[in-house]
Amino acid sequence: MANTLLKIEHLTKSYDGNVILKDFNLSVRKGEVIVIIGPSGCGKSTLLRCINGLEPIQSGVIKLDDEIIDSKSKTITKLRQRVGMVFQSYDLFPHKTVLQNIILAPTLVQKRDKKEAVAEAEQLLDKVGLSDKKDSYPRQLSGGQKQRVAIVRALCMHPEVMLFDEVTAALDPEMVREVLDTMLELARQGSTMLIVTHEMEFAKAVSDRVIFLDNGEIVEEGAPHTFFNHPKTERAQKFLHTFEFEHIK
Amino acid sequence: MGDLFSQEVLQETWDIVINDMPLALWETFYVTVLATLFAVIIGLPLGVLLVVGEKDGILPLPKPFMGFLNVLINVLRSVPFLILMILVFPLTRLIVGTIVGTTASIVPLVIAAFPFVARLVESSLREINPNIIEAAQSMGASPFRIITKVMIPESVPSLISNVTIAVTTVLGYTAMSGIIGGGGLGKIAINYGYYRYKYLVMLIAVVILVLLVQLFQSVGTRLAKSTDKRLKSK
Repeated sequence: MANTLLKIEHLTKSYDGNVILKDFNLSVRKGEVIVIIGPSGCGKSTLLRCINGLEPIQSGVIKLDDEIIDSKSKTITKLRQRVGMVFQSYDLFPHKTVLQNIILAPTLVQKRDKKEAVAEAEQLLDKVGLSDKKDSYPRQLSGGQKQRVAIVRALCMHPEVMLFDEVTAALDPEMVREVLDTMLELARQGSTMLIVTHEMEFAKAVSDRVIFLDNGEIVEEGAPHTFFNHPKTERAQKFLHTFEFEHIK
Repeated sequence: MGDLFSQEVLQETWDIVINDMPLALWETFYVTVLATLFAVIIGLPLGVLLVVGEKDGILPLPKPFMGFLNVLINVLRSVPFLILMILVFPLTRLIVGTIVGTTASIVPLVIAAFPFVARLVESSLREINPNIIEAAQSMGASPFRIITKVMIPESVPSLISNVTIAVTTVLGYTAMSGIIGGGGLGKIAINYGYYRYKYLVMLIAVVILVLLVQLFQSVGTRLAKSTDKRLKSK
């Protein structure tokens, strides 16, 4: 494919002999939004962590453009700057203000001009409706606000791919929406995104492609409409069934 | 005991307090501060290495090096200060030129305190949520940047609390160094109280030491609180 941005070939990852991902293959086009779903422990989060070079892998290749992502290589810090990641637990720096959290990596890691980074941070905060919180500390924010700041923090690095690891899993229901809206907006702007989520309606709305993982393997993948309405495999049917409650009455 | 507060004793004590105490207080103060400062200068990087150099740390270091570092710290921490002071005489002479006097007592104090500081720093850094270190890694920060811009700044309140513990411990040690000719309140307490049975002078020296500990502790506690951004009500 001509504009493949991220390519994963024959990736195998195991922890102490437990195989988490088996001969995993995936290619992601520029601008594509991929949602990864599956039961817990299926390897979804591990996959994202491998893409960010946070996990050593046992075999296979992960390539961003033509550069190999290897957690042990010397250039890994350069590659990580091109991959943005947002975590379930926000992971903001508690002793830094919102603005300091956002500009830390752009100014220190990318050595950008502080004024310029601040200007961009303020603009992005404005977009997610948090411009009045720039001097607040994380403890003064709600979960949804923290997560939106975390997204802005990742965006300010101008990543080529954004990874979202169950970013709404720890949030109250009303806050889930504000975070998902931020992500929908990103998708609309053409960002390349890999999203691990349990929000099925959101997955349907945001994705170009859905990947259903189980036991470290892709069991089924396809366009969201097809996948959610007519899942082919029994395993996927069973999984999707757990999100429905109509049959209970 | 009847003589403890006699007119004569009070007069004599007063003279000693006026003549010797200010200098002793100053000596204790500057030895404590300097020794702690040097101990932090050596102990802070070592404490950082103890954490980041682990197998799954952000900057894994060779196992033999880590083993050596741990043993060195444990050995130095196991030697009683009184004996350590005597053991390091050659080093003290090498650095200061003499083994007696107030300045000379800084050397054993630093040797005794830096391993302690390293352990305290280690425990401070271990309190950091590992997820935020991972977040910094995910942004492409180098280990050095993570140490200087995330790990240390994020553990400032805890570091201050722990350095305060180190200061009070060093203060206790300075009193002991009076035995080998180190100056300060310890020397006063030992010379007048122990050798010349002037208990009142010793008592006053001890009270001043207690007040100093109180002072250092309350300043440290206040600083630690004011730098903690995680606390509510501000």
